[in-house]
Amino acid sequence: MWSKKELPSRASGQGQDSPMKDDAFVLRVEDIHKKFGTNEVLKGVSFNVRKGETIVFIGPSGTGKSTLLRCINQLTIPEKGRVWLHDDEVTNSGPKISYFRQKIGMVFQNFYLFDHLTAVRNVEIALLKVKKMDPESARRQALYELEQVGMKGWADHYPAELSGGQAQRVSIARALAMDPEVILFDEPTSALDPELTREVLEVMKKLAKSGMTMLVVSHEMGFAASVANQIIFMENGNIVEQGPPDALLYDPAYVRTRKFVGQFADLTQRKD
Amino acid sequence: MEPAGFITDILIPALSQGLVVTLQLIVLSAPFGLLLGIGISLGRQYGGKNLSNICKLYVIFIKGCPLLLLLFILYFGLPSVGITLTAFAASVIGFILCNAAYNSEYIRGAILSVKDGQTIAAQALGMTKWQVIREVVLPQALRRAIPGLSNEFIYLIKYSSLAYMLTVIELSGAGKLVATKYFAYNEVFIAVGIVYLALVTFTTVAVHYLEKRVAVPGMIH
Repeated sequence: MWSKKELPSRASGQGQDSPMKDDAFVLRVEDIHKKFGTNEVLKGVSFNVRKGETIVFIGPSGTGKSTLLRCINQLTIPEKGRVWLHDDEVTNSGPKISYFRQKIGMVFQNFYLFDHLTAVRNVEIALLKVKKMDPESARRQALYELEQVGMKGWADHYPAELSGGQAQRVSIARALAMDPEVILFDEPTSALDPELTREVLEVMKKLAKSGMTMLVVSHEMGFAASVANQIIFMENGNIVEQGPPDALLYDPAYVRTRKFVGQFADLTQRKD
Repeated sequence: MEPAGFITDILIPALSQGLVVTLQLIVLSAPFGLLLGIGISLGRQYGGKNLSNICKLYVIFIKGCPLLLLLFILYFGLPSVGITLTAFAASVIGFILCNAAYNSEYIRGAILSVKDGQTIAAQALGMTKWQVIREVVLPQALRRAIPGLSNEFIYLIKYSSLAYMLTVIELSGAGKLVATKYFAYNEVFIAVGIVYLALVTFTTVAVHYLEKRVAVPGMIH
């Protein structure tokens, strides 16, 4: 699935071994600071994202992971710091932010499907209004994307008629329809029970395998262990440690990481 | 005077003519009252500070001013500053101004009830502010505003009778003229009342149908 783009195989491994030039990065995040009132949520966060990479952000609640994602597509405006998509600056981009948001998709914890639109309308609305696609192509693409997430049969149902897992899969289809370069997943399974979580994670795994670049805030350690190229452990608005799952989950360098990861030991021991 | 003859030859023709005028007043006022109401609510909610304040003041002014006074100003007051309106035009403008102010409050309430996530998701897809409003906020808000808006529409049906004070012979005025001429107050005003009741009942049924038509599973009504 998702064969729209030819992407390098992920089997070759994309660790931090080979030094790359800046243009190898799809997304660069530099020194992001964000305060809510006196509460400093992000204290200078920087990282880079390579094409096709899946980065999973882990860490205790309230450490700014979700805020960080929102700063990337400027749903939250950081006080300081910059974000680049390739060589274009996303921060301070004025009206051009609409373009960047098309290129940086987002999937939310509570799905945020448009309540007044059916599943297929949810997927096609931005194709019609933002991408100005003609109705026929938009409908065709919307149905294709729904098919990719196994929701084509539910195309004419309203969000309230869908289970959480189904709604989340529709919202992934909605993000995918825009043909983004990166998708931000903000705790995509936190509102779901284990069974529904699994169906959403399946879709995300396939998506990662197809070469989509993904930033995922999640507490699903099993997913992080099996799908992530990089795991970033955040605490108190800072990145504490960053590395491939093998290192970060099984042999963390910092005590704080070890402590946090230790809580999930039973989940991360088995690798699939 | 034969009662049967009075009803068929005098009362029904007079009230029919009046009813036509009442319907004209309503049909011309309601759509513009709705559009202006949407505009004011959007100006208040999404406009800059100045526009927002202007909309707020407008609503305060209209709410605080008896409709009859507003109509008198439009019809009797404006000619002294060089604007002369027909009684009918002054009535329609007055109704629009009044209707819009109240509608805007119903719509604003409904806009506030649209969940944040809806706008956030729309923005995240690259929609501009105006697209978010048009494609996501208004379709949801207007659905939720229907009960309030229909209430205001029903008020409009009834306060359209104030046009009589500007010499527009609408339903109530037509009734008043017949009643005075034939000294048949009870019969005439009860008849007039029945016509208003019919109009309001029809509206209520129509709104109920509209609500069903635009209902979305999981959203209110």
